[in-house]
Amino acid sequence: MKVRAMTAIAALLAAPLAAVAGPDGDELVVNGEINMVTQTEAPAHLDGALPELYSGWRFRSDETQALQMDDFDNPAMVFVDQAQEAWDTADGTEGKSCASCHGDAAESMAGVRAVYPKWNEAAGEVRTLEAQVNDCRENRMGAKAWKYDGGDMAAMTALISVQSRGMPVNVAIDGPVQATWEMGKEIYYTRYGQLELSCANCHEDNYGNMIRADHLSQGQINGFPTYRLKNAKLNTAHARFKGCVRDTRAETFSPGSPEFVALELYVASRGNGLSVEGPSVRN
Amino acid sequence: MASGVKPRVKVPKSAAAGEAITIKTLISHAMESGQRKDKEGNVIPRSIINRFTCEFNGQSVIDITMEPAISTNPYFQFDATVPEAGEFVFTWYDDDGSVYNDNKSITIA
Amino acid sequence: MDFSRRDTLGLALGAAALTVLPFRVNAAAEDRIAEFTGGADMGEGGLTLTAPEIAENGNTVPIEVSAPGATAILVLAMGNPTPGVAQFNFGPLAAAQSASTRIRLAGTQDVVAIAKMADGSFVKASSTVKVTIGGCGG
Repeated sequence: MKVRAMTAIAALLAAPLAAVAGPDGDELVVNGEINMVTQTEAPAHLDGALPELYSGWRFRSDETQALQMDDFDNPAMVFVDQAQEAWDTADGTEGKSCASCHGDAAESMAGVRAVYPKWNEAAGEVRTLEAQVNDCRENRMGAKAWKYDGGDMAAMTALISVQSRGMPVNVAIDGPVQATWEMGKEIYYTRYGQLELSCANCHEDNYGNMIRADHLSQGQINGFPTYRLKNAKLNTAHARFKGCVRDTRAETFSPGSPEFVALELYVASRGNGLSVEGPSVRN
Repeated sequence: MASGVKPRVKVPKSAAAGEAITIKTLISHAMESGQRKDKEGNVIPRSIINRFTCEFNGQSVIDITMEPAISTNPYFQFDATVPEAGEFVFTWYDDDGSVYNDNKSITIA
Repeated sequence: MDFSRRDTLGLALGAAALTVLPFRVNAAAEDRIAEFTGGADMGEGGLTLTAPEIAENGNTVPIEVSAPGATAILVLAMGNPTPGVAQFNFGPLAAAQSASTRIRLAGTQDVVAIAKMADGSFVKASSTVKVTIGGCGG
């Protein structure tokens, strides 16, 4: 009797979970022409940690998903327009714009987002897209560096990302970047904060489940920068990392810090094979 | 003028005479509701776009009165009849007196 | 479970607030409706209000209103601090008396649309939207 009662209760508890568990089966085609891979085989380096990769898009409601399916409906695109103006406008003591060296972003930036963060031989370090943008601004343009996770930077990385949409994320994890990648992996599996949560506790062990009213995704960053309905602006991956670590009630690392650069490389590599979606739309 | 305000409008380049077309508009604007408080606990004053209009060759397509419940970066989609070749004029009116404009020409195919 | 004097008082105050608050908000909404309709009776049918059953974030909730033959449609969010959302006035070149936008909802509530038809009559439609509060503040 007691066992049957328990089973009944378990079934009751499981029923609402089953209704929302896992990603949905929707397909993401942007503007009716860019076919996005939102589900694919996990890369070998994950060693079975995830049975399959899913874009965060697959965990969102139909209404939120729709906002990313057409560039006009996607509010992030207004910031891409702003970044295009910045791209073409000279700034700093050298009188140069991005376009002075890189010409048309549609050509010169195609494929760039897909391989970042990557090794910079001259600097002898792993560079994120943001770090590279600021390197250009300070050392080539003689302009002030942008705030790492500020609006100007997020918009510029959105403009760069747009040129790679639909291409598979393909960051290198071996060779000179291996030590940084290992450090990122270490951070990913380390429990932080008073709640003692690692990235993996939510995004590997519990994706598809609800954390209060949030449908947990795999925490993939192929859609960054992302326009969030919550704050109605573009958000960088590091700002999202900061929010997550803060939610564990820990002191967070800073956007642009070596720890977050390493974490970005590792998390990006967990999405190798998914399409570059940035700028995406999330809740 | 509120900073970083930029309109975006999507209108087909051509239509058949008398055809119905779909228009989409988006403008970057914080739409400060007047309900939020800053870190010191002071109410952040309301600052929104309070009206949006679309006209074609001087005739009204739609005229929308907006309140603080319209989301940041206001978006509208609606349908217009194109009786002849001409120009759509889009106008957004800000609480602070600023007026933002965008125009789109359309030809008859 | 025992209720202390303080608990009971708290409950009573909470209950009082619950009865008073919606009354005030509805008064503002009623005023706005009266201003739009001039106090005329509202029928049903001919007006479609499309809104999600559950909104992932109350900050950006997509809605659509459509009322063939209407001259204007008023949209109200009954549970917001100020109920007004927008009023769509359709001109002679509107190909359809419909429009979509994105709105803010302070919490789970009814969204109400009222259309003024060409003959001067009014129709009303309403839709309940559940607004979820996320688990992660980040």
